[in-house]
Formats: sequence, structure tokens, C-alpha cells
Amino acid sequence: MSTNYEDRSRGGYDHDDDQDRRPMGGRGGGRRMHRRRVCRFCIDKVDLIDFKDVRLLQNYLPERGKILPRRISGTCATHQRMLAEAIKRARNIALLPYTTD
Amino acid sequence: METKRQYEVVFIVDPTADDEVSKLTESFTQIITDQGGVIVKAETMGKHKLAYEILHHKDGTFVLLEIEGSGREIAELERRMRVNDRVLRYITVRVDEDRRRADKLKERRARKAAKRPERAHGGHARRGPAMDFSEPKAD
Repeated sequence: MSTNYEDRSRGGYDHDDDQDRRPMGGRGGGRRMHRRRVCRFCIDKVDLIDFKDVRLLQNYLPERGKILPRRISGTCATHQRMLAEAIKRARNIALLPYTTD
Repeated sequence: METKRQYEVVFIVDPTADDEVSKLTESFTQIITDQGGVIVKAETMGKHKLAYEILHHKDGTFVLLEIEGSGREIAELERRMRVNDRVLRYITVRVDEDRRRADKLKERRARKAAKRPERAHGGHARRGPAMDFSEPKAD
């Protein structure tokens, strides 16, 4: 019986895999799925988001070129603010697009 | 007492004038030092594709300057860049405040990490008496 219980609890841990989910523009990916969202910047302990780091910023810019809202990416308010600022700066010097058509 | 400010200036140079890049950067650093600023770093980030066209250019050479100064030399530098047709675009970002904040956070985190094991131990000690049911009620 006890082993049975253990099996079930392990099944519950599957949710932890969701943390690895990249905050890309997964259209309709998890609207109702109640995923556990965690701020990646908090995990990595980022204090400063550089506007020249195009590789990083591109993760938060889906196909259309809009800034990914934090309700989808799970970014915390502080880091979303820094991220938005960095993306806007990068757009200004043509490192990132304002729109993509 | 005037505190020094730190700036990051990135500008895009016309890719058809690639041989002028070093000359241009030199003249800009000259302007900065003439105005009393200090160049912390001057780095050519290389030729990149632009995310959108600027004056019909599809790519450009990016140059990064890190400057320390009062802010007056930035005004002069921006004026020069605005006039120069070789410079397609520039951006100036003041970085000292954000960096100071980041350093503070990092320091605080380090202090907290050093303190944490102690606190965890205290928590356990407090839990001891609360769970102590050895004395039955004398009634």
C-alpha cells in the first residue's frame, strides 16, 4: 500500500517540469492549463538586463514583435519592467524590430 | 562634490563607410576627453543586420563607448553625432544608477546567504518546546 501511495506522489511532481517551459510565444499553449510560472530572471538572480543582449531579449519577443506579457512568461513585475525597458532601447537602435510583417 | 556619471553610448555607422569607423570613434573619443570625460571602454561590436531599415540601409556597424563624466560631454557628443551623416542612429543610456542598484542587491543577497544557516537552526530550537507534551495537566 505504501508503495502505491509513493507512486502517486511521484506522478504529482510532473508539474515541476513546467518550470523548464520556455516563455516563447506558445499560442494557446497554456491558457487554461494552470501551469506553474516562475520568473526566470529571479531564478538566475539577474539584477541588470542589458539592452545589447539581443539573444536574451528575443525570447520575450514573439513573431509579431510585441513584448511578451508577463501573464504568459511568468516574469515578476520588477524584471518585466527591466525587460520592457531593455527591449525598447534595443528597438531604438534597430537591434530589435518594432513590428514584423 | 560632483559624482561621476557613467554612460553607455551605442551608435550605428553607415556600413558603406566601414573604413571610417575607427577614425570616427577616434574623433568622438577626442571630443569626450576634450570636454573632460573619460573613456572607460571603446568597442566595435561589428557589422549587424538592422531589424528595420534606417535611411534605406539594411545593416550597419555598431560601436559601443563607455563614458564617465559629468554629462556635459554627452551633450556635445550627441550634437556631433546628430550632424554627422555617417552615424545612422545613436543611443545614450545612463548606467551608473542601475549598476549601483544591482551591486547593492548582489551584496544584500550575499549577506542573506551567509546569515541563513543560523536562522534555520534557531527555528528548529523554537519548535522544540512547542511540541513538548511531557507534562500532563495537573487537574
